[in-house]
Parts: sequence; C-alpha cells; structure tokens
Amino acid sequence: MYRIVLKETLATAVVKMTVEAPYVARKAKAGQFIILRVHENSERIPLTIADYNREDGLITIIYQVVGKATMDLNNLEEGDFIHDFVGPLGKPSEIEHLKKAIVVGGGVGCAIAYPVVKALAEQNTEVFSVVGFRNKDLVILEEEFASHSDKMVLMSDDGSYGTKGFVTTGLETLLEEHKDIDCVFAIGPIIMMKNVSAVTKKYGVKTVVSMNSIMIDGTGMCGGCRLTVGGETKFACVDGPEFDGHLVDFDEAQSRNNIFKNQPVHNLEEDKDCRLLKEIENVK
Amino acid sequence: MSNNIQRTHMKLKDPRERITNFQEVALGYTLEEAKLEASRCLECKNKPCVAGCPVGIDIPKFIHEIKASDIDKAFEALSEYTSLPAICGRVCPQETQCEALCVRGIKGEPVAIGALERFVADNHNNVLEVVPQESKGIKTAIIGSGPAGLSCAGTLAKLGYDVTIFEALHDTGGVLRYGIPEFRLPKEIVDREVNALKTLGVKIEKNVVIGRSLDLKDLEDDGFKAIFIGTGAGLPRFMNIKGENLLGVYSANEFLTRVNLMKAYEAKSDTPLYLGRNVAVVGGGNVAMDAARSAKRLGVENVYLIYRRSEEEMPARREEVEHAKEEAIEFKFLCNPLEIIGNEQQYVSGIKCIQMELGEPDANGRRRPHEVEGSEHLIEVDNVIMSIGTLANPLIKTLGIDINNRGLIETNESGRTSNMAVYAGGDAVSGAATVINAMGAGKQCAYEIHKDFMSKREL
Repeated sequence: MYRIVLKETLATAVVKMTVEAPYVARKAKAGQFIILRVHENSERIPLTIADYNREDGLITIIYQVVGKATMDLNNLEEGDFIHDFVGPLGKPSEIEHLKKAIVVGGGVGCAIAYPVVKALAEQNTEVFSVVGFRNKDLVILEEEFASHSDKMVLMSDDGSYGTKGFVTTGLETLLEEHKDIDCVFAIGPIIMMKNVSAVTKKYGVKTVVSMNSIMIDGTGMCGGCRLTVGGETKFACVDGPEFDGHLVDFDEAQSRNNIFKNQPVHNLEEDKDCRLLKEIENVK
Repeated sequence: MSNNIQRTHMKLKDPRERITNFQEVALGYTLEEAKLEASRCLECKNKPCVAGCPVGIDIPKFIHEIKASDIDKAFEALSEYTSLPAICGRVCPQETQCEALCVRGIKGEPVAIGALERFVADNHNNVLEVVPQESKGIKTAIIGSGPAGLSCAGTLAKLGYDVTIFEALHDTGGVLRYGIPEFRLPKEIVDREVNALKTLGVKIEKNVVIGRSLDLKDLEDDGFKAIFIGTGAGLPRFMNIKGENLLGVYSANEFLTRVNLMKAYEAKSDTPLYLGRNVAVVGGGNVAMDAARSAKRLGVENVYLIYRRSEEEMPARREEVEHAKEEAIEFKFLCNPLEIIGNEQQYVSGIKCIQMELGEPDANGRRRPHEVEGSEHLIEVDNVIMSIGTLANPLIKTLGIDINNRGLIETNESGRTSNMAVYAGGDAVSGAATVINAMGAGKQCAYEIHKDFMSKREL
C-alpha cells in the first residue's frame, strides 16, 4: 500500500498527488511512468512521473479526472493509501548532448513535459517551452515551466489566457526564429503530437513524442499498448513511451485508444452526478 | 485381480453448466476412487515413472500410502520432492511425463498419477511442520514469483536462507495467476502455496520490476548474496500479418491477464474487456485452449480455434482439447490466417484464412503444412486472440548478464549465469515450457546456491 502525502488541485479536475513509493523514487528519471491500481477491484492505469524526491522516497503524479479509475483516485485524500503503485516503467527520455531544444506540452500532458524541461535545464541545454491549454481554467504548472525555460510561450485555444491559438502556432514561430534546434519534445493529446510532428517535419527537426497507449501490466507482457512505428510493431511500455514523431502511425494509435470508449464502463452510471465530471463537462 | 481394473476417470462438471461460470471443471477423486486407482499401481521395483517426473517424486511410495488410506503420509512422501503438488497434479502434462513411462500404459491405460497427486494435496490434514534450518543470515533474492521462483524460494527458506521474492505484478504466481484460468487451477490453491512460503519466513515485495525499479547492482548494494532470476517468457508473439493492430485483436497474454489477473469476468472488476459474438483464437497450445474456453465462458456464441496443422500435431494437452470440444469450441484444423479484416471504425470484422495440407516430412520428420491454392475464405469474427507462443521478456537485456540469440538467459549446467552470484531457471532460460520444469529448475538452483555457500564456508 502506498500512502498519499500530498494532494493539491492544480486546475479544474487536474490534481497533483505525491505518493510514498521508495522503490520508484530510487530510480525514477524524466520520461518514465508508473502504473497504479486504486482499490482491489480497480483497473491498472498508467500515469507519468511528474517529479520525484529520492531522499524521501516520494513520487509526484498529475492526473485529470476522466473516468472511473481517476475518479476513484481522486476520492482518496492525504493519508489514504493507493493499493498498488509500480515503476518506474518505460525508457527514460534521451536528452543528453542537446544544445538547444523545444518542449511542447498540451493540457495535462504538460505534467509529463515539465520533468523533461527540468532535466534539460539541469544539464544546461537551452530550452524553450510551448504550453497549450483549452482555456484559462485548465492552465497548470505555469511558474514551473517559466522558471526552468529560457523562454516560455503559453497558448490557449480560446485566447482566455496567453496567446490565442494552438501550440503549433507558437512552435512554428520559435522554429522560424531559431534554425539550430536539436530536438523538439511533444507531449499531449495524440492529435496535438501528430500536428506538432507535421510542423517539425517541414523544418526537418528531430521530434520525440510520448505515447499514451492503453496499458495493463506495463512490463512488455501483453502487447495491449502496441503501436506502429516506422512500419514495425512496438510496445509503448518497454520500447517507449517516447518515439520518433515522424515515424509514429498516429491515426492507428488514436483509434486503439478509443477501443473501450463505446463499451459500457462498470459503475460509471451511478457516478453520473459526480461534481467533478460535471465541472469537466462545463469546461468543455 | 487389480490387473483388470480400468483407469478411474475423474468426474467433470457438465459442459452445459460449466460454460456458464469459471468454477473448476475437474472435480477430483473421492477417497474410494483414489484407493481404487491406487490399487492399479504395481509398485514396480525399478519405478520407471519416477524418471518421467522432472522433480523425481517417489511415485510408488506416495501411492502405496493411498492404498493404506494414510493420506497424510502420502502427502509427506510427496512433499519430499515437490512444494506445489496441488498445482502440478492439475496442470502437468502427465501423459508426456510420469504417466508416459508407467508400465500399466504398455497394455492399457497408465495409472492416473496426476489425479492421485492432486487428491493427496487436496485432502491431507497435515500441517506439515517444516522446520527451517537455523537461519544462516544470508540474504537471497528471487526475481519473479512464478513456479520457478516459488519453488526456489521454498527450497532456500527450508535450508535457512533469508529469502525475498520480487514480483513485477500486483499479485504473485506468475502464469499460475494471470495465465491459467480459474476453471483449471483455482486461485485459492495458488494463495495457499504462497501463504505456505510466508510461514517459512519468505518475504514478498510486489510491484517491483527488475530492470526498472531495481537492477542487479541495487540488489548487491542491499546485501543480497545470491540472486535467482525466474522471470519467465512473457513477451507475446504476433504473426505480423495485416490488421493485427485492429480493435479487438488481443494477444492471449492480454486477454488472459484481463480475465484472470484483473478478473474482468466479475461484475465488480473495473477492468474492461471488449468481446463480440464471434471470436477466433489462433494457435494450438494449452494457452490457446485456455483463451478459447475463457471466451466461451464470457458469453461468446461461436469460438473458433484456428490451427495450421492437424489435430495430431496440436501441442495442447489431450485432456484440454477434449474439454474444449465438449464445450462446443469449433476447431478449424489445417487453417492459417492471412489477414485480419476491419470495419470503418477499425474494429475487427473477420479473419481471412487459407486451407493447408500436410506435405512430405521435413529433415526433422515433421510434415510441413503448405497452402492449398485457391482455398482462401473469410470467417466472420469480432475478435482475434493470438496465441502462437511467447518470447523472453525484453527487460532481461538490461540486466548485464549474457543472453543468447533467442533473448534467453545463458546458464551453465548448474543454472549459474555469467554473473557468479546470479542463477536463472524456468522459461527465462528454456523458453516457454511447463510449470513442473520451471519448478524443477528453481529447486535445482536453490541447491546449487546452497552448495556454493557451503563450499565457500569450508574453504
């Protein structure tokens, strides 16, 4: 059992939790993820490691309430326990030897983008960040990005905060200004990573995306998270989650992530009145 | 007189009833049945059956005790050689092991050794007072809690070692938990075996992935003096045909993990499973049988089992094939998938197959199947479950020990890897094999580890 030591709401339905998980904290690196199971009957869901503290054995995760599992997680408070919490999983981000990089984060994907920015900044890579949100209420980690980036561009779809428009607009401006970018990291919804990869392909800039496939074990045992990269089948949990954005079949990945969308989800019906889900609907 | 007695067959649940639930199909012997079957054992002096058992159980000895109605003594006799009799009595392919060498089998049916082993394990009242040797204060780590790891851990604990098992999943047992379904191996039995280890002082750390959460250096730093790797062969193979990434195509591992480990068949489980009315399972091994029979129990109307060779070549246990047939699994032999077809929403709608025929025997004496020209046909299905075998887990590569070109761990004959303090056994070394072979390897490595420590002490 894994104790929750801190819980903090960052934006509407976006929550940060810090969990006691010494085995995970001992080895965690930027780009890796954990799999957790809230209760005995819960499913296993993957979440990226947003931060870690090796000395105290703590791992920070940031999640958005989108369904039963994240809602159950969100019903836990500081001092409560998560049934299972395993990691770090996946390969760490390959960030060495980069002089100049851009990190693009979309929505709750910014929670995954942030440790990459931080790790780049710590090894003195010149790093620009472009973060995008649907609207002002969903902005997270603004200060964290700003303090670790040489320049930060904040975009909102509706213009309620920062610059109006999608992250691709902010990214393209940066790519025009800087012709010597070594690598772009894009982390967010699949459609955003697809669009970012299309932009960077035009500029011939290497692009790394972090794939958020459906997972069960997260150790390479089942292939539920498989996707096509450069014509080959890869398992996101052990071969990734980061891949070359110019090689990923995003349409297939999007379709595979929707497999259970049309399927009845146990018990969700009775939670229809959930305040948080209503709030999410309102924000949309 | 006993020469004329026919083999006593275990009673099974009625097929029409059993496909409505996940309860165990084979009901086990009563005492009378067990004694009757035991009476068929000739107690041969040279005991050919023992040579067929990977852990060398003294079979005539435990059967002798059944004849005398002393089930506790029979259990003691078993326990000298095996720590998981309730499991192995159920899942071993006895027809190719102990029972294959039974003298009774020459002219008739061999003694039902597996069923008798199971009877003893299920019916003894013996809380075996295994007194572990005095603690040696030597820390040993077991990686993986499958049959190899459990048996290595049990043996080391009895020898007085301080044992910790590290398991990547949230529950123990490896394939016994996530692979073999409840209707063949009740999970209660796995729990019982794991609890027995705990009473021996074995510590279990779940949710720890070796190669990610910990590596061999960390274990060394933490004071572990010997390490046993029993991580199995869990990476699923796919056919690399068109349409394999469509929605509704599962590896057998994914399907069975959702069903068995995550209990997707129970209403209270949150783990989703998308299954339509028609399902194709591709493969001919025990895992394919388990997947097909599970799908049937989940309410699938038509389950097709697609196998490219004929029934004779099927690697699955005879008994499982018979059970699957009784449960109305539809076998399509000499049939090979060419492509999986999807609809506009990318869900599976069918599987295109071609008829095969067996040609001349190849160099290995195996008749090669080849395609019958013009025999392409479509089977309408909503799901395809690929069950064509597994490979070594890729995380083994990160451990810095020698592996071969199949991705399996290299060991010498005593199970030692290229790292002096590290041993390995089970599917991680042999590739996908049997539960009892993994157990045998785990046990052997435990003795090798012990021998090493003893010889060092004497120096």
